[in-house]
Amino acid sequence: MSFNNLDTLYRQVIMDHYKTPRNRGTLEGNTLTVDMNNPTCGDRIQLQLQVTDGKVEDAKFDGEGCSISMASASMMTQAIKGKPVEEALEMSEGFSHMMLGEEVDEEALGFDDIVALQGVSKFPARIKCATLAWKAMEKGVKEE
Amino acid sequence: MDAKAIREQFPILHQEVNGHPLVYLDSSATSQKPQSVIDAVNDYYREDNSNVHRGVHTLGSRATEKYEGARDKVRSFINAKSTAEIIFTRGTTTSINTVAYSYARANLQAGDEIVITPMEHHSNIIPWQQAAKATGAVLKYIPLEADGTIRLEAARETITPNTRVVAVSHVSNVLGTVNPVKELAAIAHEHGAVMLVDGAQGAPHMRVDVEELDCDFYCFSGHKMCGPTGIGVLYGKRDLLEEMEPVEFGGEMIDFVNLYDSTWKELPWKFEGGTPIIAGAIGLGAAIDFLQEVGLDAITEHEKELAAYAMEQVRMIDGIDIYGPEERAALVTFNITDVHPHDLATVLDAEGIAVRAGHHCCQPLMKWLDVTATARASFYLYNTKEDVDRLVDGLVKTKEYFGDVF
Repeated sequence: MSFNNLDTLYRQVIMDHYKTPRNRGTLEGNTLTVDMNNPTCGDRIQLQLQVTDGKVEDAKFDGEGCSISMASASMMTQAIKGKPVEEALEMSEGFSHMMLGEEVDEEALGFDDIVALQGVSKFPARIKCATLAWKAMEKGVKEE
Repeated sequence: MDAKAIREQFPILHQEVNGHPLVYLDSSATSQKPQSVIDAVNDYYREDNSNVHRGVHTLGSRATEKYEGARDKVRSFINAKSTAEIIFTRGTTTSINTVAYSYARANLQAGDEIVITPMEHHSNIIPWQQAAKATGAVLKYIPLEADGTIRLEAARETITPNTRVVAVSHVSNVLGTVNPVKELAAIAHEHGAVMLVDGAQGAPHMRVDVEELDCDFYCFSGHKMCGPTGIGVLYGKRDLLEEMEPVEFGGEMIDFVNLYDSTWKELPWKFEGGTPIIAGAIGLGAAIDFLQEVGLDAITEHEKELAAYAMEQVRMIDGIDIYGPEERAALVTFNITDVHPHDLATVLDAEGIAVRAGHHCCQPLMKWLDVTATARASFYLYNTKEDVDRLVDGLVKTKEYFGDVF
């Protein structure tokens, strides 16, 4: 593998989300808060969701982790904001499929920037980094 | 010591990973295995496989002879008095847990103290947390110095007449600190406490003499010292082991079994319930032969040189933080500014260099260091200065790569 292959993993758009994360911080008021970590590596995320009438009105995250985990959290919060919970869960399922290297309908899922994470599927050791935020979201809405 | 010649005996090291010759710098997690160990395990299964201690038939006798022969190799390796003091376990974790269950639960009561340090691996923390919860004992930590070492004065302040157990790693798997376990054992004994040494990172790299250390328990794993996974050792002083109850009950460990009561075999077998890890023990025996042929002192010397060279070279990279004391075992734990250790490990992997990234099973130590994760390069007898050079090149490339993408 050369650095060209690495570029599949670290695309510009991922680095952009890592360096300038969207929706990083905390939400005021009545929110769902989920803390999740990746016990094998120590990455941790706090995800806050404001869900009203079955819709994700707002989402913010905080935490510490590698570029993949933090960029993925940034992209996810961007993508699920304003979406019905059911749709967010469908996106999460689609994301898991994408991580397994399966074909998914990115457009129908509304993946947008998230497509940049497709390359992670070629790096099995890093898949858990990418799915951390999604797992936190699933846990949050299912607990509600 | 000729590391290049030693390298030849490790088949796994002669491969390309991601288009580059493999540089394996993760021996603190698990070491690679020489051909002689692979052969020993293979030969056992091809020629001698049979259950042990039921030796009416020839294979049974051969298997028993090899298994018990391995025990004697371990005895001599750590200079224990008797093979009765050498218990085969699944690994360091099981060894420590055996003491935490059997010794600690029987001998500790509310108000007693267990003393450990913040640099311990989870496997030398959690068994004691659980034992403390079960008995009402208090878990205490010897505070570390700023460079990640233990000052004996601090140990004397922490260990009191109420202390029953002191459990400390021989060598830290993150900081590389070599702890003064002999002196700590003496302090523990002054107060009537027993001393357990987590030797997972000690026994593979240096001469261990349990008589000289005068520790009560010494625990280590086969797979970190060129042996197979799934085999480890619990050394314990005979009088302590005699008093201790087994943790696992079943076949192999019994003397007489009646309907409502049973008696145990003598040491060491009373602690080895079930069919033992025969192939693993034989593989460990072969690993000990291999290490002794090279010479433990020569290995220590080689690693000392490598550690010093690695520190000198890695330190020259801008924006690198190295954790742990100057005087250290053969590992370097570090972070590079603005590059998460996972990302660093992935880029190095693309260059064929295997390092570890994460918390290294030391979450309390990560908190003490005030980091969430670190990268670690660890060395063994088959590593060379060229491996260090490849690491440094890889780190420079990592910095360039992340500098570019940012």
